[in-house]
Amino acid sequence: MPLLMPLVVAALLFAIGIYGVLARRNAILVLMSVELMLNAVNLNLVAFDVWLRDELLSGQVFTLFVITIAAAEVGLGLAIVLLVFRNRATSQLDELVELREEAAP
Amino acid sequence: MTAVEVLFGLLGIVAVGSAALVVTTQQLVHAALWLVVTLGSIAGLYLLMSAEFVAWVQVLIYVGAVVVLLLFGLMLTRAPIGVSDDLDASVAQRIAAAVTAGATAGVLVTALVDAFRGERIELGDDPSGGSAGAAGDAIFRAWVLPFEVLSVLLLAALVGAIVLSRRDVGEP
Amino acid sequence: MTAVVLAILAPAVAAAVGFLSGRRWAWTAVPVAVAGAGVSLAAAIVLCARAVLDAPVAEALQGPRVPTGTIEFGLDLRLDGLAAVVSVAVAAVAFAVQVYSSAYLKGDPRYSSYAAFISLFTAAMLVVVFADDLLVLLVGWEVMGVCSYFLIGHHWEQEDARAGAVKAFVVTRLGDVGFLFGIFALAFAAGTFNIGGVTTAALDNGIPESTATVATLLLLCGVVGKSAQFPLHTWLPDAMAGPTPVSALIHAATMVAAGIYLVARLYDVFLLAPATMAAMAVIAAITMLGAALAALAQDDIKRVLAYSTVSQLAYMLAGLAVGSAAAAAFHLLTHAAFKALLFLAAGSVIHAVGTNLMADMGGLRRTMPVTFVTMTLGLAALVGLAPLSGFFSKEAVLGAAEETALHDGPVAAWAGWLVLIVGLVTVAVTAAYAARMWLMTFFDGARSPVAVHESSPAMRWPLVVLAVPTVVLGVVGVRAEWLPAWLGVDEQLHLSAVTSVVSTALVLAGVAAVVLVWRRDPAGDPSARLAGVRPVLAAAFFVDELYDRAFVRPVRVATRAVRWTDDRVVDAGVVGSGRGASRTADLLRRTQAGNVQTYLTGLLAGIVVVAVGVVTLT
Repeated sequence: MPLLMPLVVAALLFAIGIYGVLARRNAILVLMSVELMLNAVNLNLVAFDVWLRDELLSGQVFTLFVITIAAAEVGLGLAIVLLVFRNRATSQLDELVELREEAAP
Repeated sequence: MTAVEVLFGLLGIVAVGSAALVVTTQQLVHAALWLVVTLGSIAGLYLLMSAEFVAWVQVLIYVGAVVVLLLFGLMLTRAPIGVSDDLDASVAQRIAAAVTAGATAGVLVTALVDAFRGERIELGDDPSGGSAGAAGDAIFRAWVLPFEVLSVLLLAALVGAIVLSRRDVGEP
Repeated sequence: MTAVVLAILAPAVAAAVGFLSGRRWAWTAVPVAVAGAGVSLAAAIVLCARAVLDAPVAEALQGPRVPTGTIEFGLDLRLDGLAAVVSVAVAAVAFAVQVYSSAYLKGDPRYSSYAAFISLFTAAMLVVVFADDLLVLLVGWEVMGVCSYFLIGHHWEQEDARAGAVKAFVVTRLGDVGFLFGIFALAFAAGTFNIGGVTTAALDNGIPESTATVATLLLLCGVVGKSAQFPLHTWLPDAMAGPTPVSALIHAATMVAAGIYLVARLYDVFLLAPATMAAMAVIAAITMLGAALAALAQDDIKRVLAYSTVSQLAYMLAGLAVGSAAAAAFHLLTHAAFKALLFLAAGSVIHAVGTNLMADMGGLRRTMPVTFVTMTLGLAALVGLAPLSGFFSKEAVLGAAEETALHDGPVAAWAGWLVLIVGLVTVAVTAAYAARMWLMTFFDGARSPVAVHESSPAMRWPLVVLAVPTVVLGVVGVRAEWLPAWLGVDEQLHLSAVTSVVSTALVLAGVAAVVLVWRRDPAGDPSARLAGVRPVLAAAFFVDELYDRAFVRPVRVATRAVRWTDDRVVDAGVVGSGRGASRTADLLRRTQAGNVQTYLTGLLAGIVVVAVGVVTLT
C-alpha cells in the first residue's frame, strides 16, 4: 500500500488529539486526547518500520515501549486527577487557576 | 487497489471518525466508548500492516487496561451521565484549539505528502516480520536493556500511583 | 597714605572681631565697634586737614596687580581733596551712629552682629571713597549693598523688615547690572581700570563721545539705583523698616550718596557725554519734585524723611547735571550732616513715644527740649534757611543751574532752566512738608502721650555734635573758591543773589501756608487739606503699584507656568514612563491566566510555527 495512507491517518489522529487536549474541559477527556496523540505516534512508528523492513524491528519495539509508558502515564495521571478531585471537588481544568497572575492593586 | 488497501482505508476512516467523536461528543462516557472504537481500529490497522504482536498488545493493554482505567477515573470523579453541556472550553479557547489543530494537520500532511509521495510498503514477501517470535527476538536481544529499564519505570509508576492515592496517611 | 589704609582697615578689623567674638563676649560689641569708628574718624580728620591745608592733594597708592588676561586691575587707593572731605563725613556719621546705637538698641539680642555690620559698612564705604580702581570701587559698592540688606533686615522677625531688605537689595542690584557693564565699557575704552588712568584718558580726548555716552549711561543705571532716583527710587521708603540709626547712616548720609560721589569722581568722563548730563537733569527734576510732593502726604515720620532724602539726592544729581561737581559735593556734605541729625532725632522721638506715626505725636517740644532744638535746626537746614549750611549748599546748586541757563557751558541751557525752575518749586514743597512734620511732632495736639522724657545721653550727644556742622558748615561756601580748591576741582561756586532771594521767599511762603492751615486745626493733619490729591501723594504716585503690575505679577505668572510645566510636562515624562511600564506589565500579565490549556495552546501553536518555518526555509 502507499506509505502515505498510514502516515496521513497518523497525522490526522495527531491533530484531532491536539484539538481534544486544548478544547476539552474535563481532565479525563484531556487524558483520552493524549492517548489519541500517542496512538498516532505509534502508527507512524509501525508504518515506517514495516516500510523499511528494519532488521531490529526498532519501530515495533518502540511502539511496544510507548504503549507501556502510556499505560503507566494514564495510571499516574488518573491518580493525580483523583487527588485534585478530592481537594477541589472538581475535575474541570479551567477551574484550576491558582497560579493566575492577579492585577496589580 | 488491493483488498488490503481498501480495508486499510475503511479502518482509517473509522479511526479518524471515532477520534473526532471522542473530542466532540457531549456525553462523557460515550467519549470513552468512542475511544475504544478508535483504539480497536488502530489495532486493525496494525494487523493490516503485518505487525501482529503490536496489534494484540494494543488490544490487550490499551483497550483492555487503559480504557478501563479511564472509566474507573470517570466513575471516581463523579462524571455526569448523559448529556452535559460544560465539557467544552470557552468559544475562544475552542477556536484557538481548532486553529492550532488545523495548522498542525496542514503542516504535517503537507510535509508528509511532499516527502513520501510515491513510496509504497511492500507487504507481500514475508509476513512473519511482525510476528511474536520476531518481536520477542528483537526485544530480548537488541532491546533488552531498555526493556529492563522500562520494567523499573513501571514499578516506579505503580508505587507513585499508590502513594498519590492513599487516604490513610493524609494528603501529600 | 597710611592714614588712608588705617581709615579703611580699622572698621574692617572691628567688623571681623565683632563677628567672631561678639556672640560669646557680648560686652565687647560696643567698645570694639566704637573704637573702630573712632580710629577711622581720627584718620579721616587728619587726611581732611591735610587736604584743606596743603591743597591741592593728589596721591595714589598702587596695590598688588591682579592679572586677568586682558586688562589687568590692581588694588589701588587714591587720596585727593574730594576723597578726604567725603571720608570725614562718612566717618563722623558712622561714629555718631555707633554711639547712638549703643543706647537706641540697648538690650537687643543681636547687637554684636549689628555693630559689626555697621563697621563693615563703614569700611566698604571708605573703600568706595578711596578707591583708585573701578573694580575695587565695585567691590566696596556691592559690600555696602549686602550690609544694607542685613541691616535693614536686622529685626527679621517682622515681615516688613524682611520685605524691605529684599526690595532694597533687588532694586539696587538691578541698577548694578548696568553699572557693571558701564565699568567694563569705560575700562575697555580707556584701556585700564585705574580711575586716574581713566580720567587722564578722558582729559586727553582718548575716549570718543559715543563710547563715553554709552559708558556713562550704564554707570548712571547704578547711580540711579544706589541713590534712589526715579525710576529705581521705590526701595528707599520701604527700607525705613530697619532700625533708625541704620536709616541715618546708610540711607541718608552715606550709601545713597555713593552714587553722587561716583559721578563726581568720574566727572571728567561725564563731561564728555552731554546726552547723559541731559538725562541726569531730567531724572533729577522728576525725582526732586515728585519725592517732595510724596513727602507731603506721609503719615510715618521716617517715610517723610525717606522721601526727603530722595528729593535732596536729586538736588545733588541736579548739581552734577548742570556742570558743578563742587556744588553737588557741597550739598552731599551738608546733607550728610543735617539728614543724619534729622534721622537720629526722629529715632529719639520714636524711642520716646513708641510709634512712628506723626498722628500719635504732639507737644514734644516741652518734654524733649534737646531733641526739639536740634531737630528744628536740622529742618531749617533742610529747607535752606540762611545762615544754616543747607542754605549755602542749596544755593550753590541753584546758582550753578542759573549759570548754565544764562551762559553757555558744557551742558545745554535748557537743562539749567529745568533744574532751576523745578528746584525752586521743590524748595517751596520742601518747606511745606518740613513745617508739617515740625508742627505735628512737636506742637500742641490733643494727643500728647504721657510719661515722655528726653532720651539718654548716648542718644542726645550725637544730636548735639551733628548740629554743629549743620549750622556751621555753610561757612565753607562763603568764599567761592575755597571748597573747589580743597576738593581739587577746577571750578567756582556760584551763589546768585536773585535766586537766593526768590528761594528764601518761597521757603517762607511754604512754611506760612502750612502754619495757616495748621492753626485752624492744631490737632489734625495739615495735609488733609489736599483732599482728593492726598491719596495719590501718599502712594507716591502709585509707582510701586505700577511696578507690581508690570513686573512682579508677570513674573509670578511665569513662575506658575514654569512650575506647571515642570509638574505636567517634565514630571509627566518621568511619571508617564512609570505608568507606561505598569500598563505594559498589565497587558503581559493577561497571558498568565492560570489555565493550563491556555499555556498549552500557546506552546503548540508556537511549535507549529517553528515547524512551518523549518519546513519552508530549509
